[in-house]
Amino acid sequence: MTVYAYFVAAAIMLIGILGIATSKNLVHAVVCLSVAQSSTYVLLIAVGFQYGGVAPIFGSGVDQKTPVVDPVVQALTLTDIVVSAAVTSMLLALVIQMAKRRRAINPDDLGPLEG
Amino acid sequence: MNETVLTNLVVAAALTLVLVGAGAVVFTRNPAKQAVVLSVYGILLTVLFVALGAPDVALSQVAIGTAVVPLIVVLSIRKVGSIGSERARARSEAKASDGDP
Amino acid sequence: MTRRLRLILLGVGLAVLGTLLVVALPQLPRFGGDAHPYRDLAVVATFQHATANAVSSINFDQRGFDTFGEETILFCAVVGVAALLRPVHRERRREVASGGRVLESTSLLVYVLFPVTLVLGADVVAHGAITPGGGFQGGVVLSTGIHLLYVGGRYRLLQRLRPLAWFEQGEALGVVLFGALGLAAAAFGAALFANVVPQGTLSDFVSAGTVPLFNMAVGLTVGSSIVVLLASFLDQTLAIRADQGGAGPSDGVREGAA
Repeated sequence: MTVYAYFVAAAIMLIGILGIATSKNLVHAVVCLSVAQSSTYVLLIAVGFQYGGVAPIFGSGVDQKTPVVDPVVQALTLTDIVVSAAVTSMLLALVIQMAKRRRAINPDDLGPLEG
Repeated sequence: MNETVLTNLVVAAALTLVLVGAGAVVFTRNPAKQAVVLSVYGILLTVLFVALGAPDVALSQVAIGTAVVPLIVVLSIRKVGSIGSERARARSEAKASDGDP
Repeated sequence: MTRRLRLILLGVGLAVLGTLLVVALPQLPRFGGDAHPYRDLAVVATFQHATANAVSSINFDQRGFDTFGEETILFCAVVGVAALLRPVHRERRREVASGGRVLESTSLLVYVLFPVTLVLGADVVAHGAITPGGGFQGGVVLSTGIHLLYVGGRYRLLQRLRPLAWFEQGEALGVVLFGALGLAAAAFGAALFANVVPQGTLSDFVSAGTVPLFNMAVGLTVGSSIVVLLASFLDQTLAIRADQGGAGPSDGVREGAA
């Protein structure tokens, strides 16, 4: 258990890269990229976890001495998710442009600088 | 100690589900089905974040990862599909007009 | 590059990356351990500024400048999408017929959920400093709520309820407000993006100083951004079609020129 979470993150990253490289459809490749990026959420949140820690929302029952899970990595993950959505939407817009201009969304059908 | 074991079980189960979900998203080759699987994967990640004590991240993931991104993917697939069918129609019309005279 | 060569290259790359990860990952701090030096510093700072939600405090107070950068990324991406997906010449916009076949139960569900989602989104933004949530999540919930109308088959109603120009202005206004709040802190003699407003007591609705204000600015930006984003994609999918005249013979000429 001590390293399982980290290995799950690594495995998701490798699966995502495999998906991008073997993809036959650019929409599929973009989704695989977002899966690869989701591995960073798992890694960050796993690094910040603490057994017995509660969510970092203070108030009734949770004060400064209560062990909480790391809010810093959670803030980073929040940023990560928003950036991932921005990247995905931008890439999908490019895929639509590609489909309009080249009429092909299979990376194998595109030239070296287009795919 | 008992509590740690229970936490371990929950977290390990959530992690395994997320791993399986990631594999399912990548190996679903049909993009239309993939959008649905991506949405389910978003929910699995949300469960993991809740289990690891990150409600803020879970809320963000459920809104973006299960609603907005799959919706954009579905819209893109429909658009790409309609470009393809327009192309096919234009080609068949051109062929028909070539054959007429 | 042939497909075979690419797969071999991929295999080598994945093997190397996998090996590196397997060597490196066990040396990370143990999973679930209690040594979190950054956490300890962040919690102290969070209490100094009387913010109940530590994640909001970090995002909008302790590292406000980074979040400004992140907002700018989202803003630029949405501007890019809107620019890429605008109708180009040789494309026309067709009228979208509203209605279609939508189950009555779906319509009813949408009518019930639509106001609930808007209220929920506003609540998540407003209470971002004291409960889980904040500008990012609330903004996304708000914009998703508006698009429920599309699921209910009311695309025309959606178009009327969503004056796009307003949302474009709202997006820019949110970014400007965020920057202005940061600059205001500097003008008050503190550092850029410092929390200068009196912070009140923890868990009160009016607490955490500038954090709720930042939350609202971000909520405005993110909500408007996602609306503009989804509008661009919806427009492409439903309304914009290639001109019939241009799609045929001239196509070969254009591809030859490209």
